[in-house]
This record gives sequence, structure tokens and C-alpha cells, in this order.
Amino acid sequence: MRVRSGGFWRMVNGPQELGTSPAFWTAAALCAAGLLFYPLIGSTFALSSLASFLLFVPMGLGLGLLWGYNGVLSFGQAAFFGAAGYVYGLIAGNLVGLPAGTLLAAAGGIAAAILLAGAFGYFVFYGQVSGWIIPLLTLVLSLILETFMAQTAGYRWRIGRVLFGGYNGMTNIPSLTIGPIALGGASTPFYYLAVALAMLTYLGLRLLVNSRYGHIVVAIRDDPERTRMLGHHVDAIQVQVFMLAAALAGVSGVLYVSWGNYMSPSNIGLLAATLPVIWTAVGGRRSLLAVFLSVIALRWLADSLAVWGGAYAFLVLGGLLLATMLFFPTGIVVALAHAGRWWTSRARTRATHTPVESREH
Amino acid sequence: MNLPYGINLLYQFADNVAFLLLAALGLMIILGVLDVINLAHGELIMLGAYITTLSYNEMHLPLPVCVLLSVIGLALFGLVLERTVIRRFYRDKLGALVATWGVSLILSQGVLILFGPSLVSVPLPQWTVGYGGYAFGGYRLMLFGVAVLVVWLAWWVFYRTRLGVWTRATMQNPEMAQALGISTRRIYMLTFAAGSALAGLTGALYAPTTTIVPLMGTTFVDVAFITVVVGGGTNPIVGALTSSAFLALISTPLSSVLGTFIGRIGLLIASLVIIRFLPRGFSGYLRDAGRRRMGRGLVS
Repeated sequence: MRVRSGGFWRMVNGPQELGTSPAFWTAAALCAAGLLFYPLIGSTFALSSLASFLLFVPMGLGLGLLWGYNGVLSFGQAAFFGAAGYVYGLIAGNLVGLPAGTLLAAAGGIAAAILLAGAFGYFVFYGQVSGWIIPLLTLVLSLILETFMAQTAGYRWRIGRVLFGGYNGMTNIPSLTIGPIALGGASTPFYYLAVALAMLTYLGLRLLVNSRYGHIVVAIRDDPERTRMLGHHVDAIQVQVFMLAAALAGVSGVLYVSWGNYMSPSNIGLLAATLPVIWTAVGGRRSLLAVFLSVIALRWLADSLAVWGGAYAFLVLGGLLLATMLFFPTGIVVALAHAGRWWTSRARTRATHTPVESREH
Repeated sequence: MNLPYGINLLYQFADNVAFLLLAALGLMIILGVLDVINLAHGELIMLGAYITTLSYNEMHLPLPVCVLLSVIGLALFGLVLERTVIRRFYRDKLGALVATWGVSLILSQGVLILFGPSLVSVPLPQWTVGYGGYAFGGYRLMLFGVAVLVVWLAWWVFYRTRLGVWTRATMQNPEMAQALGISTRRIYMLTFAAGSALAGLTGALYAPTTTIVPLMGTTFVDVAFITVVVGGGTNPIVGALTSSAFLALISTPLSSVLGTFIGRIGLLIASLVIIRFLPRGFSGYLRDAGRRRMGRGLVS
């Protein structure tokens, strides 16, 4: 089923993403409506924790784009997340009086993530290194940034009136404020901001991957050499996608500090660097929808397991990651979607006794 | 600069080289032969340190026996890991990376749950050599000796035994090696076990020098990854030697003047610059240079 009413709709429903049927869009609209009306029934606590799951969606989708669609695995998303959060804290803490101070800080935080990614990406992608080098070096980047932030304790380490805070992290970071509305962690406006950014990121990336540019991004994943021979600037596009993914991690970082008013080295380190990779791999890296769902599901799972202690949560997540890679290498949501499609097409074949025409995805 | 100061720098250089070599060689051999990155390498090192410490503290065995135990234990563990996990990912290199990352999480968090946040370390053997006002740790000097011995042993196996010939054939062209009757699957299995055993040796040898915590693997792997990236997987032995010497040359003066942390940043920046110009690392560059020289010889 295809809707042929204009370029925009065709792009959103392009072949690079699951879920193009009217049934899917109905379900998606229902979910969106549910999210919009949830504040009417949910408690403040439930709202705040749902917002804390949703704010990680941009970071997850960014890695989905980078790894699933461009074939570049990065363990550096936590570093970009943390860099954006820290820079936001520095600027916002120093511009407390200014009306647009926090917005300026948000822009500065995201810009810091983009710059870091651009500098790093230039060396890595223009060197045309083999695929395994990027995950290793981005992991080292996360580890080094964590060590750096952890040793910034004491009054020696401050900019203006903001202390870096060392191992305990930067505290009392002001929340985002847009005009008169303060977007603190437990507020309904913050919830709506998180919902809006998660949905915008999803739809925006869905448009991107189905655009002409998106097809080149996917072509690079499938065969970088051939794409280069066709005259595309493979290195430049890879750096751009890397920077876009970092920017999205930065969006999540800014949202996170606005939600919790706090950023610490443990948000950057080894375990934090793991999380985006787990979300993306377990859901299914080649579908933005799968990543979206698995970010929420796994954040919820980790939150529920946290009662037993962080070690158990990471043990379960590690087991889940290993099991997914062994038994559902494409990801659980994607595997389920393919099984469902196979099932419906078989049922249709049985009903009509005629071979199904080859349909678009 | 006087002589004792120079000797002190040389000692620190040797100490750094030994650390980089021992941390990275196993990883590099696995990369060179299997073309797979084992992200759980740091956790294998951690397991080696745990086996040594536990058998020293609980069973009161002499230290060399403990080291031997962890080498054997990790070789067996590597064998199991290869059979159950790694084997499925020979066609999907990034998949292997992610799967071993899952293994590393399970190992570190499992050890944290089983043994708690830290163990009492093995006491460091107090051998010191004094010269010109500086005291040099004898154990550190011994570690350098062991590192040299391990590299020599690896070289001997690669270039002087039949197993080494088979392994090099498998590295060059797996299909051709199979056609000649070499069981490449067995080569892969043995190589992975050997790389894991090296991780066990590293963990065991460094157990007396550090605090024994479940996340101790990360202190080894961040420099080990840089060493592997700079060395490249084309020839593990040449790569490990050149890259650890080069990186120690950068980090020794930096960390002795500006501190260990600046030393590590220097390593990351050096590795970024190196791969910008030599994307396959030193060993890849040296092989290409050798080929070019041979090619010129044929033309002239």
C-alpha cells in the first residue's frame, strides 16, 4: 500500500524504514495521542520518569543512523552526550541572570559536541581506516574524557562561578527556561519537550534516510569503495553523519542536565558508553523505529532492575546484548517485524492461492 | 642531563614498553590471525589477575604457580569463548566486536557481584636496585624481561615452527590454506586461546602492582587499543614492537613531566595523527613499503 499524494509523504514512507502501512500509521498516531494525553492521567513521578526515558531517544536514533544506516559503530556517543551536558552547565551557570541564557547554553553544548565530533571524525574518516578502528578509538575517547572530568575536583577547576566538581560531577545546573516557562525535570512542559524532540528526531531522520542523501549514506554502508567510484565524497559524508549523530547525543545531553540538574563523569565512562550501543543493537540498528522502541523499553528495564543495584542491571543488559548478537543479529524488533511480514504474506497467499506480487517494503 | 637521570628515563621507558606490549600483544595476535577485535580482552586480563590473587590469598600457593594457573585457566576460557561465541562472527567483524562487548559486561559485572568491589592485592615483591640516587623496582625490570621473552616466543612460534607456518598461511589466504589441508578453524581456535592466555599472563603479572577491582581491565585496554590501532594487524609481532616503542617514546617524557593523564591524551592524539597518514598502522605501512621496494627491484 503506497500513498501517492506528494513528495513529502512518499519520502516519509520510503524503503529505508519499517512501518509504511496504514495500520502502522494508525498505531503510531494512537501512540502519539497517548503520549500527548498521558499528563492528564499520569502521576508527576511517572511523567518525570517517562520523560527521562524519552530524552535518550535522540541519542539512540543518532547512533542508529550512524551504525545501522552508515555502517560506522561508535562508542563515543556518551562522550558527546557528556561534553554537551558539561558545556551547557558551564554556560548556563554563568549566565543565570540572562533571559535567554539557558537557550544560549543549549546551543553552546550541542555545538561543543559537534566540534569534538568534527575534529575526531576528520582524522578517522579521512584516513579511510578499517571498520574496527573507529569503535576502539571512540571508546578510548570516552574513557579519556571520563578520566579528565573525574580529576577536576576542587576550586582550581572552575570557569566563572561554576565548579567542574571532579568525580562527584557538576551539580545545581539550571534547567532550560524558554521565556516564562521553566523546564525542570518533574514539570509537564519538560515532558512535552522530550516527547516533541523524540518525535521530531524520528520523523526528521526518517525523511533524511529516504532522501537522496540518505540513499548515499546507505550506499556507503553497503560498499564504500563503489560509492567512492560513483563520485560521492564518502569521507565528507561520513564525517557529516558522525557530526549529526554527535549533535543528537548533545541534544540528549542537554535534556538530561535540564532534567536532573546534574552531570557526572560516570555519565561518560565505560558503562555509559555501552548503553547506546546496546539499545541500538538489541532493537535493530537498521530501523529507526526499532531503535526508538528499544531505547524506551531498555531504559525502563534498567530503571526497574536498578532496585537490585547497578551491577545486576548491566549484567542483564550484557546478557541481552550477547543473546541478541548470537540469535537475532538484526535486532529483536526487526526480527519480529520480518516474522510478522512473512506471516501475513503467507496468510494472504493461502487465502487467494495466487502468488503475491513483489511488493515494495 | 646527567647519567643517572638518563638511566631513570630509560627505566621508565622500558616499564612503559613492557606494559604496552603485554597489554596489547594478545589482542594484536587475535586481530592479525582472526581479523576480529576482542573487546573482552581487558576483562580477560582482569580474570587473570583475579585467579592469581585468589589462588595466592586463599590457597597460599607460590606466586609463579599462581601465574601459571591463570595462564592455563585463561587459555581454557578462551577456548570455550571461541567455540561458543567468536566462531559465529568470522563473517561479521563489527558483530564480533559488539558480541565480545556483551561478554565483557557479563564478566565485569558478574565478578563484581560474586567477589565484591575489590580484593586484597598480592604483596609486590620488594626487590630494588639503587643507582645514582634513584631506586628501580626489580619486579618492574623483570616485567620488561618477561615482555621481551614473550615477544621472542611469539616470533619463534610464528617463524620457526610448523604451527607458525600454518598460521601465517591462514593469515595470508584462508581458502588456499584450507585447500592445502590446513584446518583453519583449528588455527583460529588455538590462536584465540593463545591470545587469551597472554591476557591471563598480563593480568597475573600486573596483579601485585595494582588494586584488584572488577573494572581494572579498562586501565589496560585503553592503551592496548591505541597500541593495536597504531601497530595494525598486518603483522602482529612487528606491529606490537614498533607501536609500543613509538608510543612509549611519546608517553614517557609527557607523563614524567606533565603527569600520567597528559601522557594518555598524548597517546590518543598520536594515534589519531598516525592513522590519518598510515591507516593500516605501522605494520601495514612496513609491509607496503617492503612490497614497493620489491616491485622496484623487478622493474629495474
